Amino acid sequence: MNLARPRRRSGTLGDALFWGAAFGAALLVLILLGAIAMSTLIGGYPTFARFGFGFLSKLVWDPVRREFGALVPIYGTLVTALIGLLLAVPVAFGIAVFLTEVAPRRLAVPTSAAIELLAGIPSIIYGMWGLFVFAPFMANTLDPWLSNTLGVVPGLAPLFSGPPLGLGMLTAGIILSIMIVPFIAAVMRDVFRLVPPPLRESAFALGATRWEVVWHVALPYTRTAVWGAIFLGLGRALGETMAVTFVLGNSHDFNISLLAPSTSIAATIANEFTEADSPDYLSALIALGFILFVITFLVLLLAKLMLLRLAKQGAR
Amino acid sequence: MKLGKVALVAAALFVAAGASHAIAQQVTGAGSTFVYPILAAWSDAYSKQTGIQINYQSIGSGGGIAQIKAGTVDFGASDMPLDPHQLEAANLAQFPLVIGGVVPVVHLPDISPGELRLSGPLLADIFLGKVKRWDAPEIAAMNPGRKLPHLDITVVHRSDGSGTTFNFVDYLAKVSPEWKAKVGVGTSVAWPTGIGGKGNEGVAAYVQRVKGALGYVEYAYVLQNKLTYALVQNSAGEFPLPNAASFQAAAASADWDHAPDFYLVMTNAPGPNAYPITATSFILLHRDPKDAAHSAAALAFFQWALEHGQHLAETLNYVPLPPALVSRIEAYWRATIHVKF
Repeated sequence: MNLARPRRRSGTLGDALFWGAAFGAALLVLILLGAIAMSTLIGGYPTFARFGFGFLSKLVWDPVRREFGALVPIYGTLVTALIGLLLAVPVAFGIAVFLTEVAPRRLAVPTSAAIELLAGIPSIIYGMWGLFVFAPFMANTLDPWLSNTLGVVPGLAPLFSGPPLGLGMLTAGIILSIMIVPFIAAVMRDVFRLVPPPLRESAFALGATRWEVVWHVALPYTRTAVWGAIFLGLGRALGETMAVTFVLGNSHDFNISLLAPSTSIAATIANEFTEADSPDYLSALIALGFILFVITFLVLLLAKLMLLRLAKQGAR
Repeated sequence: MKLGKVALVAAALFVAAGASHAIAQQVTGAGSTFVYPILAAWSDAYSKQTGIQINYQSIGSGGGIAQIKAGTVDFGASDMPLDPHQLEAANLAQFPLVIGGVVPVVHLPDISPGELRLSGPLLADIFLGKVKRWDAPEIAAMNPGRKLPHLDITVVHRSDGSGTTFNFVDYLAKVSPEWKAKVGVGTSVAWPTGIGGKGNEGVAAYVQRVKGALGYVEYAYVLQNKLTYALVQNSAGEFPLPNAASFQAAAASADWDHAPDFYLVMTNAPGPNAYPITATSFILLHRDPKDAAHSAAALAFFQWALEHGQHLAETLNYVPLPPALVSRIEAYWRATIHVKF
């Protein structure tokens, strides 16, 4: 039966209306996406016209002289999201393995519930906790330790230099990782459970250890969904605003050290949008929004391409 | 069942209608975080007396200016005055509401409030990033005999645009030609160094958390958060304590007669007792408002605040306006704002 065109018979009106409503909803999402892209592009166009591609590579952010450059916000966004992802993926993987392979049932159920609660905490609470509890911990304990140990290793020294403020890209990255662990862990856990028992049991029968079953059987089988979960986490980390703005330090100076303050696109817009007093300033902020839109779109495109390639290779 | 549902919907509409009538008694404003504490106190007292609510959003002076120009609020509050040309172009009236001060605050072990002394040019050099440590010779010269630690100075500025920033950098530009040339004056500037906190509250929070921090906040925040403030040398070479007396001394030297639309910035005021970073907060109202009733309600509130709210302002350490200035303001309302109140 061709579901695209309902046949004429009694009760078809309801079908046609429902089909119309569903199609309309899907179309609305596409229209909204296009509208957001167009409106940020139009709003940011004066900035792109003034600076061209130089906007992406300039370090200056001077509202008085109306000179704007997006490099520091872009750098801060990418670095904090990357740190968040690098820390979150192994932890989420460990949690998923624990919940599916290792934990006895009476431990697995409350732990699962706790992970899901973590996902529900509003991001501004993370920001407040980060500022009042975590940043002092970083300033007093972790930052000095990193400066003293990794900050003297020749290649890594520039990455861990500077005064231990407790506020900076590393702190923001760690808080982002705590925020995205639940999403990645939940998807990994659900998908590891879907590995067919015969597959796992035959691996055990061949003498594989639990780790070998996870790494060589479960993970390849669920590759697609795991990559999807990772990109989901990355998407959240790129757009996170309030938690990052509390602990990143809101500084438009470029600094290679992870212990140094910086700013992200979302934090810059959140801080400066309401009082951007000149059209140039406003346009620069909207241009930043368009750049974030493009970055997120590229990340999702990359994810989609990678998943298509994996699907061709026959994974689940 | 159906009758019950109809009754429920009718009751909800009735309540909504009643609520919307109550909302009509609300005056909206937005702007400076500097005046937020006193506006909150005044609106609380005023609503107890008259039932009219003042809904004020402290989003920063730049935001307040943008919102009143866009007409989304009934009044805007800004620490940066608009000049008469800008007021004319946007058809706005402007008048001062309270006087306060911007105070540098520090986080140093063994330093009590009012012990550290800084001069204007030294503050500018620190904020320019030229003086980087607390035990630098320039700071030691101003504080002979005081042991300052070998700690990096972490400058804390505002991450959002702000009239507090405007008054602070206006002062720095007046005392440091290098600041004026390199950075300039505005509600938002390209800070050569430091981290940014959101609002006066954000700067206070960062200063309290980071050892060796130096920031600037409005005086009411210093008192409420019990921050360690530093003294600033004024143009007469004295180090006045930041309080109502020194703010009033700065305000007394202001020449309101020759300031059309009250356009006057009081930083670096002359006189031995004048506090050098004194700031006035201004209210912006439409001259020909679309919603005359709300503007009239706002003016009635401000008249009450200027005539009866002075002791409340003093308890929060704002400096009330001298009575002569209040009469001048009320005459300005009658001349400029075309609303019956």
